[in-house]
Amino acid sequence: MRRIISLLLENEPGALSRVAGLFSARGFNIESLTVAATDDETVSRMTIVTHGDGGILEQIVKQLNKLVDVIKLMEVSDGEHLDRELMLVKVRATSASSRDEMDRLVRTFGARIVEITRQGLIVEVTGNDEKLKAFLDVVESGSVIEVVRSGPSAISRGGKALKL
Amino acid sequence: MELTGADILVQFLQDEGVEFVFGYPGGAVLHIYDALYQRGGVEHVLVRHEQAATHAADGYARATGKPGVALVTSGPGATNAVTGIATAHMDSIPMVVITGQVATPLIGNDAFQEVDIVGISRPCVKHNFLVKDVKDLAVTLKKAFYIANSGRPGPVVVDIPKDVTAAKAHYEYPQSVAIRSYNPVSKPHSGQVRKAVNMLLRARRPMIYTGGGVVLGNASEELTQMVRQLGFPITNTLMGLGAYPASDPQFLGMLGMHGTMEANMAMHECDVLMAIGARFDDRVTGELDKFSPSAKIIHVDVDPASIAKNVPVDVPIVGEVGEVLKQCMTELDQADRKVDPEALSAWWSQIDDWRSQQCLAYEASDEFIKPQMVLETLHRLTNGDACVTTDVGQHQMWAAQYYGFDKPRRWLTSGGLGTMGFGLPAAMGAQFANRDSTVACVTGEASIQMCIQELSTCLQYDLPIKVINLNNRYLGMVRQWQEFQYKSRYSHSYMDALPDFVALAEAYGHVGMRIDNPADVEGALKEALAMKDRLVFMDFITDQNENVYPMVEAGRGHHEMRYSPYQSFRNQELA
Repeated sequence: MRRIISLLLENEPGALSRVAGLFSARGFNIESLTVAATDDETVSRMTIVTHGDGGILEQIVKQLNKLVDVIKLMEVSDGEHLDRELMLVKVRATSASSRDEMDRLVRTFGARIVEITRQGLIVEVTGNDEKLKAFLDVVESGSVIEVVRSGPSAISRGGKALKL
Repeated sequence: MELTGADILVQFLQDEGVEFVFGYPGGAVLHIYDALYQRGGVEHVLVRHEQAATHAADGYARATGKPGVALVTSGPGATNAVTGIATAHMDSIPMVVITGQVATPLIGNDAFQEVDIVGISRPCVKHNFLVKDVKDLAVTLKKAFYIANSGRPGPVVVDIPKDVTAAKAHYEYPQSVAIRSYNPVSKPHSGQVRKAVNMLLRARRPMIYTGGGVVLGNASEELTQMVRQLGFPITNTLMGLGAYPASDPQFLGMLGMHGTMEANMAMHECDVLMAIGARFDDRVTGELDKFSPSAKIIHVDVDPASIAKNVPVDVPIVGEVGEVLKQCMTELDQADRKVDPEALSAWWSQIDDWRSQQCLAYEASDEFIKPQMVLETLHRLTNGDACVTTDVGQHQMWAAQYYGFDKPRRWLTSGGLGTMGFGLPAAMGAQFANRDSTVACVTGEASIQMCIQELSTCLQYDLPIKVINLNNRYLGMVRQWQEFQYKSRYSHSYMDALPDFVALAEAYGHVGMRIDNPADVEGALKEALAMKDRLVFMDFITDQNENVYPMVEAGRGHHEMRYSPYQSFRNQELA
């Protein structure tokens, strides 16, 4: 089962490697990991997407909690939540018709074209995993030059919050 | 007061109440060594290899409960210390290891004797720090000691670049520190304690299984009191020996791979199992699918991550062991229900039946020295009160089986990591902690050679350790597994070209003895133990073919032990 864990940790050198090292040392699966400082510069927020059953997830959560640099954590996927990921796709589109088609597609997906050159264009898509995959599915595979995904950021819906 | 980083470190160690620093100098720590020379106040013990510095600090910590301190230089000094750090980590031993580092402008430059010890040690420390600014040094050191010795203890590495030890800062001893991301639980949830006590009182075949956590948590008294009050059987893990008196009739001996029949069978047959400060290690549980099949399980541990890691638990209790046991006793006193005396007495008669089979009995010999006999004699002559360290292998298991410990912190062994080379340096740490006690290092001819250079340290500091070398000319445990699982193909388990240990001991300035006749064992031990001010290296030439029994082999459950051929009648069911 796909799980999303959000954690707050000390914004210190080495904190990221402690988390990443824990996953590799204990053989836990890691699908994506994103991290950046929060509004409080001493604190980083990390979003980890992993797979595992209840027992494995319990161990992941406990082992993460045990790291001295981890201040607080929460399994966001445990309740109602939003997860959003940014994807940039560079597409080959040299003819007017192919650009028009991309433009229609982009509008349907609520995406944006952020650059147009003679060779093609760059599309920015935001959404969850499903939406990003669906977008890539409909773009003609031969025309995709490059894809970059940020990995999801997630937040709980409603009043629940992960904060200090 | 403005001090250099080196002076701050030495002054801090004094202020923290550190008695001994086990270390070895080198380029990156020269300022620190100069401060030790000029400022003093802390006794520095010069080892002969950095691995021994960490093991000695570890041995001191195990014997006293105070954090051990090691000091090593950068690069190879730090990497040599890693085995000792990992050993302490696996057994949750409080330790602070100070490593020198190249100067901050050189970090990442592949400088001479540079190694990323924070990166290398990360998976085998409780936490580690790189101090980049002398202003942070004192607080970082305080954090290191606090983290090492609170919650589930463990080693903490503090890496200090050379320029930081030269730079100056204002120093004031930090009385305490708060770390917002680190708040170990101490008090248990009272509802959980009540549930556990209810479960214990309803048990018909109860069993208590305790580990190193009881020793680390200084909770032997509480444990002994509660177990006696309940009248339940108890077993200890290898790490937990001494937490409950071995001479007490309720004690069933050690459990697990080389546990006793009565302990392992009771684990298998019990209906309520209370695990205290133990972590269901694979050497303890045997095959997990066959582990205590009909038991409801209560698990007490200060580390939530230990709970339900290997075995599902019915009543988890997170808290300091001593605190939990005290609350359990209060609940027991207030409970209306009492243990069913008939069920308990039937359970005890079943246990006594297992016990009467004397699974540890071995064939005596006039011809060969039996290692078990050496340890029984050592126990008798020291009144079971010596501090015993071991290396790893057959001798370690025999010491665990045949030297019954009545008190905690007398049994120092590398349980989790299984580090050969641990015994002698750990004995040094224990002897520094207990200057007047008998400290015996039970070892084998293979293990002892992994840190034998420390005989030199022992001479320098007049450490009268008694080295009990059970010399069977084999890597005994390797040979045993090869006998059982590889049809006696003894691949590289024979120790050819052994040194003359008597001459070697004498070359290091100690007393050497060679004992090859069973009739001489007692006399030799008496003679050695009487030499209160000398290290005596006793080379016992033992029976080469002796194995450690009983044994729960891979894939087996607690009820499927292999017994000694001397008791071969019981092995039939296994075939």
